[in-house]
Amino acid sequence: MDIFFQQIINGLVQGSVYALVALGYTMVYGILGLINFAHGEVVMIGAMVALAALQALLAAAIAPVLAVLLSLMAAVAVCMALGYSIERIAYRPLRHAPRLAPLITAIGVSIVLQNLAMMIWGREYHSFTLPFTNTSHHLGGAVMNDVQIVIVIVALLIMVGLMWLVHHTRTGRAMRAVAENPAAATLMGVDINRVISVTFMLGSALAAIAGFMVSANYGIVHYYMGFMLGLKAFTAAVLGGIGNLRGAMLGGVLLGLIESLGAGYIGDITGGFLGSHYQDVFAFFVLIAVLVFRPSGLLGEKLAERA
Amino acid sequence: MLINRIALLAAFAVTIAGCGKSETATTAASDELVIKIGAAGPLTGPQAHIGKDNEYGTRMAIDDANAKGVTIGGKKARFELLSEDDQTDPKTATIVAQKLVDAKVNGVIGHLNSGTSIPASSIYFKNGIPQISPSATAVKFTAQGYNTAFRVMTNDAQQGKALGEFAVKVLGLKNIAVIDDRTAYGQGLADEFVKAAEANGAKIIAREYTTDRSVDFTAVLTSIKGKQPELLFFGGMDPQGVPMVKQLRSLGMKTQFMMGDGGYTPKLIDLAGAAVEGTYASLPGVPLDKMPSGRDFAKRYEAQFKQPIQLYAPYCYDAVNVMIAAMQKAGSAEPAKYLPEIGKVELDGVTAKIAFDEKGDIRGGAVTLYQARQGKWQVVQTMGGAPAAKP
Repeated sequence: MDIFFQQIINGLVQGSVYALVALGYTMVYGILGLINFAHGEVVMIGAMVALAALQALLAAAIAPVLAVLLSLMAAVAVCMALGYSIERIAYRPLRHAPRLAPLITAIGVSIVLQNLAMMIWGREYHSFTLPFTNTSHHLGGAVMNDVQIVIVIVALLIMVGLMWLVHHTRTGRAMRAVAENPAAATLMGVDINRVISVTFMLGSALAAIAGFMVSANYGIVHYYMGFMLGLKAFTAAVLGGIGNLRGAMLGGVLLGLIESLGAGYIGDITGGFLGSHYQDVFAFFVLIAVLVFRPSGLLGEKLAERA
Repeated sequence: MLINRIALLAAFAVTIAGCGKSETATTAASDELVIKIGAAGPLTGPQAHIGKDNEYGTRMAIDDANAKGVTIGGKKARFELLSEDDQTDPKTATIVAQKLVDAKVNGVIGHLNSGTSIPASSIYFKNGIPQISPSATAVKFTAQGYNTAFRVMTNDAQQGKALGEFAVKVLGLKNIAVIDDRTAYGQGLADEFVKAAEANGAKIIAREYTTDRSVDFTAVLTSIKGKQPELLFFGGMDPQGVPMVKQLRSLGMKTQFMMGDGGYTPKLIDLAGAAVEGTYASLPGVPLDKMPSGRDFAKRYEAQFKQPIQLYAPYCYDAVNVMIAAMQKAGSAEPAKYLPEIGKVELDGVTAKIAFDEKGDIRGGAVTLYQARQGKWQVVQTMGGAPAAKP
């Protein structure tokens, strides 16, 4: 039972990060109908910038708490600027082009960012250590450390905040209007370009926070780290119903849980026939099953026909 | 207008290509023999730092040879390095291999991984290009009947045996959990480790798997935790080893942790911090500072590339020198002519005394075990192969 509880915690921590990144995919998709494949790299850039800032601040003898907060803010700021630029450079000129074109530029941006990071920060793994001791807490028979607790809480707060923003502010209303019908929104006086920029910046800010938290949790940063994370988060977004915010959160947490329970028990259940390396297969299998029976994802609604 | 631009670009490209050509033509004097050494390994992706380290080792040997001035068959030889990125991907490895063959390389140092060296080896074999891998350890690599495949590193059977014996006989650990990353290397090493450990009376109580792209192992480790092993052996490389040992400790597990050569890197210690204390790892050959030329090699490497040796750079250095020695013996850099000489080379390398058996494996095959203590890899003991490897 302790082990089961521990697996739930593992899944929850992992899933919270997936959910944060998945929100970025889903927000952009909801508004533009575009899958921003460069999003995973934004997470990586966030982590890299945070690390660079943290090292610089600590070297300048800034108080640890302040240094951590400032480096997180630096990462968020850089990523927001990056998200804005990506949209301006790679997607806006192609807004009325066939759907395949922005998909290709998305992959292009992803490759460019990855190689840029490789040139700036090198090929090696960097250590990402917070200037605090990371105490482990025993909850029953399971263990959870400070960073993991913070990850789950912060992810939760951000999700609540985002829901509030989308449903109770003018910007949020504009976002929903553009998602529903861009042409009509324009006629109602909504500045589409501004809304889209805001969406990209919001998503990138979440990516930066996610990047910071993953790095703090695993303790390593590498220019390649965004790729797999991006793929998993994208899966989570599709699982929950891409374009739907609640779906991304549910999908993220669910994917985390499926993975950890899958890896933990699949070997025992199948008597060793399928090993724990099938955890990804298991996750994607669930995805396929969901899509077969609910093509629009768990919480997805049928997309309104676009003109 | 567009056509114009394309024509302009084409003209430009031709000019550049032309420049490149004429440059090599002028520097290569008529009596100079230009020898192209191909190098292949991952220069991008999770293992890029190790791949680059290999390239540096190869480059150093080539620079040394050029500086020293080597004559082959009465002609002054100048070595050139052609480095290719195989991305640790078996498919890309074959493409890269074909590219090197098409570029008419005289020999190849690579690849880094077993998973890439094996598919690439058939291409080198078909074209008669000698291939010396600095680090491919899968038994299969030299067991395919290709006379072009050599390695200057022990194979998994030799290394797995040393690790298994060490764990059971020396450390006295009987309940062992094993994880591997399902690559040709990780799986091969783990399998050989399991064989050796079981032969010495240990029980494998968990056999789990991951991939060479994962960073989260909490689920697998949690399920292992329930079985309470005394030792966790991981067949894989340091990008997975670091988070694995960290998560092992943060789950509150006191299990001993052991890896093969893929874990013996300065990065494992730097990145895993306090969690790595007590970890075991192995490396074929004898410790670098026990070899006469080893300490000097490490110093020069650090001076030239501004970083410590990551892992296999010394093996790459040796591999190039083996190739050059064979060329000198044959008096030719033509693959068909010097290939038969590689198997006969005996060389005092920086990693060991190098000689090959009939399959192309290194003879003797000493394996040294290290333990991470106080933030440093400390030699525990060298096992097996002592006669051939003693300096």
